Amino acid sequence: MYCEECKEKPATVHLTQMFDGKKVEIHLCEECAAKKGVQMFAPDNILSIPQLLGSFFGSSNMQELKSPADAVACPNCGMRFLDIKQTGKLGCSECYTVFERNMEPILRRIHGNSRHIGRIPARGGEKVLINRQIRKLKSRLQEAVANEEYEKAAEIRDSIKEIEKKIN
Amino acid sequence: MSISDLLNNSFVRWMDAETGPESDIAISSRVRLARNLRMIPFPHLMTPEYGKKCIREINDAREKNEDKVLGALNTISFDQISVIDRQILVEKHLISPGHAEKSEFFRGLMVNEDGSLAIMVNEEDHLRIQCFLPGLQIKEAYSLVQQLDDALEKRLDFAFDERQGYLTSCPTNVGTGMRASVMLHLPAIALSGQTRIIFQNINQLGMTVRGLYGEGTEVVGNLFQLSNQITMGQTEEDIISNLSTIAIQIIEQERLMRGKLNKEMQYQLEDRIGRSYGVLTNARTLSSNEALNLLSDVRLGVDMGIINSIKRFVLNELIVAIRPAHLQKKSGKEMDAFSRDIERAKAVKEKLL
Repeated sequence: MYCEECKEKPATVHLTQMFDGKKVEIHLCEECAAKKGVQMFAPDNILSIPQLLGSFFGSSNMQELKSPADAVACPNCGMRFLDIKQTGKLGCSECYTVFERNMEPILRRIHGNSRHIGRIPARGGEKVLINRQIRKLKSRLQEAVANEEYEKAAEIRDSIKEIEKKIN
Repeated sequence: MSISDLLNNSFVRWMDAETGPESDIAISSRVRLARNLRMIPFPHLMTPEYGKKCIREINDAREKNEDKVLGALNTISFDQISVIDRQILVEKHLISPGHAEKSEFFRGLMVNEDGSLAIMVNEEDHLRIQCFLPGLQIKEAYSLVQQLDDALEKRLDFAFDERQGYLTSCPTNVGTGMRASVMLHLPAIALSGQTRIIFQNINQLGMTVRGLYGEGTEVVGNLFQLSNQITMGQTEEDIISNLSTIAIQIIEQERLMRGKLNKEMQYQLEDRIGRSYGVLTNARTLSSNEALNLLSDVRLGVDMGIINSIKRFVLNELIVAIRPAHLQKKSGKEMDAFSRDIERAKAVKEKLL
């Protein structure tokens, strides 16, 4: 069945209206229906952003049994984990420390991983850079050991030690 | 250009198509960084006391800084301007629709002379540093926001965690806090019916496509906003370069399809473009969507050399000038939808003829 308005696209919106006590059926495509101002019934706004995010947090059902972790509150801003689940938003910078363990799997689900490797602030960033360097060296160390390149591994281990000595 | 110019004229820098690369298809590029101050609750939990503290710190950072770009920003506080003026800023893409809805004193905008650099203050995050440029210039836009970020960071203590990166109110932005996007005009791809397939593939690459005004807005006038989805586990440079590469591929595909259209359907194409131009220059009433769709045809005509009398910059300006707040500002009064349709038709005719 084609749209009665444009007669080009298939009719996907079917309306039954009452005119002067008579039943009239109208068949339209989505575009023409929108143009005519037909209110597409929204199914209770299922896809609002907090709700979508809520599903990332592992529960789209607010009635679900509340776990003890939900009641933990951030001492700085007072957000509880339950509030975060329901609004999809954290409350302040400290929430990320307080709820780090709970957030880890969520970040993984959203971004596919949970570690930042991009830009770091210039102030206080030196330590982050050094830690990143150590992490890189450690993974190379593992690689070397796995490949049985023990001399290389020893070298890497020494440079890690040296860097660690510097920051302590 | 002052703030009052920004509110009273329709021009902002990203419209200046003549200076933007690939501007026959890429209309504008945008990069934004989300930044927050340590310990101060995010905007959705902000109290007046914290609001004052937050604004004081931001103003201090601006005033005591020697950075020229940062120093040149003008500040607008949303308790000082009307709803219409805030809508004007939305229509120019300088702020998000959500930001315009509220008028607390701590919400606002810092913006430079030509509207190419702007910081939304206390939108979803304390600071959202943004740069908008004409054409495909994501790299350039990133380097400009980076400079502003550096300048601010000298004075402000940004919320940052070694593992989690820049901390943001919504976990979808945490990490780089960066969202980069390009606005693409893709009439030939849309006509060929390939849009869905292309965009499905894009989703698998950690990118997404949205409508004209970002999240939750529909695609009108064949204008698609391509942006990165993921903000963690990739460096800013990688995100920027991936986005640029994909944008270029889409642009090439659009050019290919335009060539095909011209070769195989020349008469139909010229007919459609001519008719759209005819309606735009003769209509007495125009709805927003109708105007944007017809303008898409005219833009295609300009890009393909079928129409020679119109500059791209005029078409970019029209995207904004035909929106409700701009029409009402221009005529100096509030108008219902029908009166706006009449004014819109006038405004279009004025610019095109």
